[in-house]
Amino acid sequence: MSIDVKMIVNGKPVRRSVEPGTLLVHFIRNELGLTGTHVGCDTAQCGACSVSVDGRVIKSCSILAAQVQDCSVLTIEGVAGGEELHLLQTAFLQCHGLQCGYCTPGMIMTALDIIGENSNPSREEIAEGLDGNLCRCTGYHNIVDAIELGARMMRQGGGSV
Amino acid sequence: MYVHDFIYHRAGSVEEAVRLMGEAEEGRYLAGGQTLVQTMKQKLAMSSDVIDLGGIAELRKISAQGDTVQIGSMIRHAEVAQTPLVLERIPGLAGLAAGIGDRQVRNMGTLGGSVANSDPAADYPAAVLGLDAVVVTDSREIEAGDFFVDLYETALEEGELIVAIRFRVPMRSAYYKFRHPASSFAMVGAFVAQFPDGFRVAVTGARPTVFRWQAAEAALQAVASPEAVAQLDTDGIEDILSDMHCDETYRRRLMPVAVRRALDAMNAPDKETD
Ligand SMILES: Cc1cc2nc3c(=O)[nH]c(=O)nc-3n(C[C@H](O)[C@H](O)[C@H](O)COP(=O)(O)OP(=O)(O)OC[C@H]3O[C@@H](n4cnc5c(N)ncnc54)[C@H](O)[C@@H]3O)c2cc1C
Ligand code: FES
Ligand code: FES
Repeated sequence: MSIDVKMIVNGKPVRRSVEPGTLLVHFIRNELGLTGTHVGCDTAQCGACSVSVDGRVIKSCSILAAQVQDCSVLTIEGVAGGEELHLLQTAFLQCHGLQCGYCTPGMIMTALDIIGENSNPSREEIAEGLDGNLCRCTGYHNIVDAIELGARMMRQGGGSV
Repeated sequence: MYVHDFIYHRAGSVEEAVRLMGEAEEGRYLAGGQTLVQTMKQKLAMSSDVIDLGGIAELRKISAQGDTVQIGSMIRHAEVAQTPLVLERIPGLAGLAAGIGDRQVRNMGTLGGSVANSDPAADYPAAVLGLDAVVVTDSREIEAGDFFVDLYETALEEGELIVAIRFRVPMRSAYYKFRHPASSFAMVGAFVAQFPDGFRVAVTGARPTVFRWQAAEAALQAVASPEAVAQLDTDGIEDILSDMHCDETYRRRLMPVAVRRALDAMNAPDKETD
């Protein structure tokens, strides 16, 4: 029996009729066609599916779409301002914070949560904050660099999400 | 992976949730989904009806009454870690919540879900038992000492719903866990609390369910120093868990060390323990 699920995604109200067992990540990717949110492990380990729900980062493979009824969801597609990259994305580019890029959307969503909580996080705080995000390529060093730089740019440049 | 089909309900009140559960063929409450959704994906939990507790406002309250702090079952780990009332009155509990899983899990996982699930390696059960808490359900109040029964088994009856947990405010308390490097769960975790009437020491991760380590409590009662517990042996304690990450001998060794480090953290809350 389908259920009606509605939420705000990247500022736009959306509404779909889906099976009750539909995961949030499948809702985002298959129903809305927003494929920037990735599925890495499908078991709550890797964080590639991280999105923000009402301002808090969560793993979208681990909850049902129905659980975020009427909530406001931000995915990687909503982070940039149109064609203009978000300062944090620019920082990832500058620091070579990605190789294959599979983990990157989740890294950015989690990094925004870390910076939202503390605009000037230490390297240790960044590393700790990324506990739920795995990267198979970079060795994390450049990712931490990128988040450090991105946080600094956001403090100076007022890039806000 | 996909989840099997079921009837989804979003309850608006505790009464409605309990009624829906009573009417369901095989119902299950859904809190944050941090355990349940994965088990549904693996087809380990098959339910005819899923009753989402996410819309019930009365499960989302934190309040202080006398020498207790009561936390609603749908309060997320990140909220326990950051709510000023908890940080002021029971910093040991806020610290424990801040160390559960990762950032995303803490934003979604709930106190009630963790305690109802009663994973042998979960952190919260150590605080529930160590802080002499009472589990408040839709129909009764259960003392922590009677709540945790066995591996993934609690005193909850079929369909019984945890409304809140009422923690006793200690003079001081702290938690230390040997964190499993991959899962973050406790290989061994110790919650130490000091009350006017004595110490309580609850250990998680070491046996099928959390337990009070009476010998450690007695040792601390005699001399409240880290040295008092460092030498404790675990000989009388049975059913110590053993797995590929941490065998029985190693777990036994970790127990007094976890208690000592919790005590160190209690004595110097701002210092990082090694
Ligand atoms: C990657 C990862 C890492 C984790 N690391 C840790 C860790 O380090 N330490 C730790 O302690 N935990 C850890 N957890 C578990 C986490 O803390 C969750 O709290 C726990 O999984 C329960 O999830 P939930 O609250 O979303 O409940 P759900 O998954 O929604 O529910 C769990 C069970 O409890 C029942 N239930 C839920 N609420 C109630 C209620 N109010 N009354 C009665 N029954 C109820 C449900 O029916 C279900 O059977 C981790 C989880 C993940 C995915
Ligand atoms: S796909 Fe969700 S955590 Fe890996
Ligand atoms: S850049 Fe390839 S997984 Fe992180």
